[in-house]
Amino acid sequence: MSATIAALGGVFTSIDQEYLFEARQMQALSLAVHIPLVCFGIAFPAMVLFCEWRYLRTGDMLFRTLARRWSKVMLALFAIGVVTGTILSFELGLLWPGFMADFGDVFGLGFTLEGFSFFTEAIFIAIYVYGWDRLRPLPHFLAGIPVAIAGVLGSLFVISVNGWMNHPAGFRMQDGRAVDAHPWSALFANGYFWHEFVHMYFAAFIVAGFLVAVPYAWGFLRGRRDRYRRTALTVALSAAAVAAPLQVIIGDWAAREVAQHQPVKLAALEGLGQTTRGAPEHLLGWYDGQEVDYGIAIPRLLSLLAFHDPNATVQGLNTVPVEDQPPVNVVRLAFQSMVGIGMLLALLSLIYLYVRLRHKRLPRSRWFFRAVVLAGPLSVVALICGWITTEVGRQPWIVYGIMRTSQAVTGASGIPIGYGTLIVVYLGLAGGVAWLLHRFSRVPIEDHDG
Amino acid sequence: MAEIPMVFILAGLAAYTVLAGADFGAGLWTLLAGRGEAGHQAIRHHARHAMGPVWEANHVWLIFVLVVCWTAYPVAFGSITSTLAVPLFAAAVGIILRGASYALRGQLEGAAGERPIEYLFALSSILTPFALGTVAGAIASGRVPVGNAAGDLVTSWLNPTSLLIGGLAVAAGGYLAAVYLAADARRFGSRRLEHDFRARALVSGGCAGAFALAGLIVASYDAPLLFAGLTSDGGAVMVAVSGVAGIATLLLVWRERFGLARASATVAVAAIVAGWAMAQRPRFLPGLTVEQAAAGPSTLLAVVVAVAGGAIVLVPSLVLLFRLFLRGTLDPSAATDTGTPSPPVAARRAGRRRLEGFALATLLIGAGVTLLAEPGWLFALGVICLFACAATTFALVTTGPDQQA
Ligand code: HDD
Ligand code: HEM
Ligand code: HEM
Repeated sequence: MSATIAALGGVFTSIDQEYLFEARQMQALSLAVHIPLVCFGIAFPAMVLFCEWRYLRTGDMLFRTLARRWSKVMLALFAIGVVTGTILSFELGLLWPGFMADFGDVFGLGFTLEGFSFFTEAIFIAIYVYGWDRLRPLPHFLAGIPVAIAGVLGSLFVISVNGWMNHPAGFRMQDGRAVDAHPWSALFANGYFWHEFVHMYFAAFIVAGFLVAVPYAWGFLRGRRDRYRRTALTVALSAAAVAAPLQVIIGDWAAREVAQHQPVKLAALEGLGQTTRGAPEHLLGWYDGQEVDYGIAIPRLLSLLAFHDPNATVQGLNTVPVEDQPPVNVVRLAFQSMVGIGMLLALLSLIYLYVRLRHKRLPRSRWFFRAVVLAGPLSVVALICGWITTEVGRQPWIVYGIMRTSQAVTGASGIPIGYGTLIVVYLGLAGGVAWLLHRFSRVPIEDHDG
Repeated sequence: MAEIPMVFILAGLAAYTVLAGADFGAGLWTLLAGRGEAGHQAIRHHARHAMGPVWEANHVWLIFVLVVCWTAYPVAFGSITSTLAVPLFAAAVGIILRGASYALRGQLEGAAGERPIEYLFALSSILTPFALGTVAGAIASGRVPVGNAAGDLVTSWLNPTSLLIGGLAVAAGGYLAAVYLAADARRFGSRRLEHDFRARALVSGGCAGAFALAGLIVASYDAPLLFAGLTSDGGAVMVAVSGVAGIATLLLVWRERFGLARASATVAVAAIVAGWAMAQRPRFLPGLTVEQAAAGPSTLLAVVVAVAGGAIVLVPSLVLLFRLFLRGTLDPSAATDTGTPSPPVAARRAGRRRLEGFALATLLIGAGVTLLAEPGWLFALGVICLFACAATTFALVTTGPDQQA
């Protein structure tokens, strides 16, 4: 059977697509729209369930009110996550048919499994959210647990695909074709997968936590500090604050994996033109094709961070031909923005944790709440920058070292029309979601004895 | 083995047509409810609410079909998506607009802007099934050759067979929805609505039948291979089953036996899908049989294992959802007061110190190991410690005394 595919596979190679760049932009746009919603899919169910659990434990109606209000937002965001995710599934075929045709049998399993976890999530989220007041408290709480589990599993399965694209394995190449696919080991015995998953998991709590905290922090600045808002702020902010400092450690792990498996990506992240022993780290600056101009160099730091040895040799961009190098400045800027924002978020979180644990209260400074209002959007920026680092840093490969993005792209015309349409649709979607969240925040808070 | 995933795909397709088709149909009826009058308002309200809790689950069937197709038949998938880019993109846009307007609408009760959103929802509920129907028609009439965008980008889906199947998809959805909604209206005890939806079911059922018949006639010129398949052997049997079930449904609706009509309408639609499959068998695309299109044995095995494993979770969950939904437990009107709190439990203080110690220990071990260890079991332990540290700290921070500002 696979022999037949191999024979047919020839029809799928090398199409001259005038609008490859637009196709990539279109894919990137759709992913950038989807991924913040995913964070809510991963982290929000856990936050809502925590509140409901507190209600069950203490009988405090305030937590029930909180869980209930949040769960409505959760359902609406889930619906948007579903449709934007569906667009992505379509796009994989519409934009990259060569990729799907040649490698669908290797990585497709990840999406098949993902499909089942979404099924479970969709079913139980409906029971959970429509079940308030209709199911008894304990069954209702239990109905929420599959939602939380499925959200995590769903992202685990998709990320296994991304890990595979970055570090492909589990098949053999024969005459330019993938044969002998072993999907289980390709996806789950892949050394590149775990850091991506854990890093994304923590990112989800950072993004969802800070974003949920924004409206309450805003309210605090306006003097609305009743018990409901204090509690909501504490839960949301804590979810982000326990993740953000640890994210720095996990990011270091991610960087070491990159150094080991994708040396050219690492060189692009750091703008390292020449292979160097005891390589310095450059902050800011601009890569001019040879080296970083105007940057602040810290001697030997790169070697130390990437290999935990100040004298380690780091491979430079010059080890591969120019057409095999990713667009260095894009990747570098994205990476530095993520790390910079990550450090700031970690600092803010430590301040919060310190005040909360030491003084058993929330911080008082207005600056703290202003910072939280900023931290929400910034965490989304970090999230998207992180993915740009991973995805653009992988270029020009769609399957690292094996298939070029230009070999995967569709031969169909009309990509710019699709791209334009999608931009309009997403703008409308963004407006709609903003309006929706505004409406949610205007629903008066019901009585909860407190 | 090569055909098992195709069976999954067809089952998913049938489920999607029946379940999501009915959701699309409900959208259609919000458009055709007319203007102004209170009765029509009620129809719209009803058509929207009755589909509430299940639409996301229904939608996932489409995802299921896509992912099984690209895993098990990758070359065919790439050929289909590249040649049929236009209708697939239209369907995708329809799906976003529909999902978004659905999410918005729930909040719009009476607000300005409700009308346009209502229209957007209805139009996208027509666009999506129509576009997907033309895709089915393109594949069925053999217009998708193997290769990257090897077929005609326009005539592959803009042709008599595709158009009729697109029309059939819209009409069948409207029909299914009307039957379901009539049954719901009875459950809610609303005679007038029941009556209205009964009339709509009869009309749209007639339309669906007409589209199906016209499709068969047109196919004899436009897609002779398909026609030959539909009029011989298994294909013919399924066409007959579908026809009989369709007529039976109309009669049942006429006699106001909505429960049974639901079942036979489902049979009619599922039989069309099965008939199409049998008519094409073993052809998938021109010059490509299902056997040839299939991925290698370990991939096929993996898909079968994944689907079997998934089904173990999925089937009971779906049964639960539909039981709650059909019994009306999730209806807006079913709210009872279940919010009586249990007596408060005094917060424990004793454990706090121990928790703090645990958080600190996991932090030190976790950070130390992840920074220094080589990838392996020890490293995994370090990462688990970091998770434990985060969870414990969260518990400490959120359960302290009130967060007085
Ligand atoms: C809120 C989000 C967030 C924050 C604060 C950080 N990251 Fe990140 N980072 C991500 C969100 C993210 C991400 C979006 O989730 C990525 C994209 C792919 C992935 O696995 O995670 C990512 C990727 C990513 C990669 C590339 C991994 C790869 O290509 O496989 C590295 C090297 C880092 N990160 C390093 C860091 C460091 C050293 C941080 C320290 C402050 C940091 N990240 C903070
Ligand atoms: C090419 C990439 C991707 C594709 C094709 C894709 C596809 C999808 C689809 C089809 C859905 C809707 C599922 C449903 O109907 O219920 C969805 C939702 C979701 N996706 Fe993605 N996705 C992609 C990227 C990602 C990434 C990178 C993550 C996680 C890191 C992720 C995690 C999720 C989660 C958790 C949901 C559940 C919806 C929610 O809770 O908002 N996806 N995705
Ligand atoms: C885990 C799931 C993901 C999968 C399977 C995935 C897959 C893909 C594919 C197939 C492409 C097109 C081929 C290419 O340009 O190499 C792509 C490109 C891209 N993706 Fe991802 N992606 C994922 C997550 C994300 C996320 C969440 C983002 C967030 C912004 C992202 C950002 C990008 C960007 C910026 C590009 C374009 C790269 C370029 O053209 O330079 N990806 N991805």
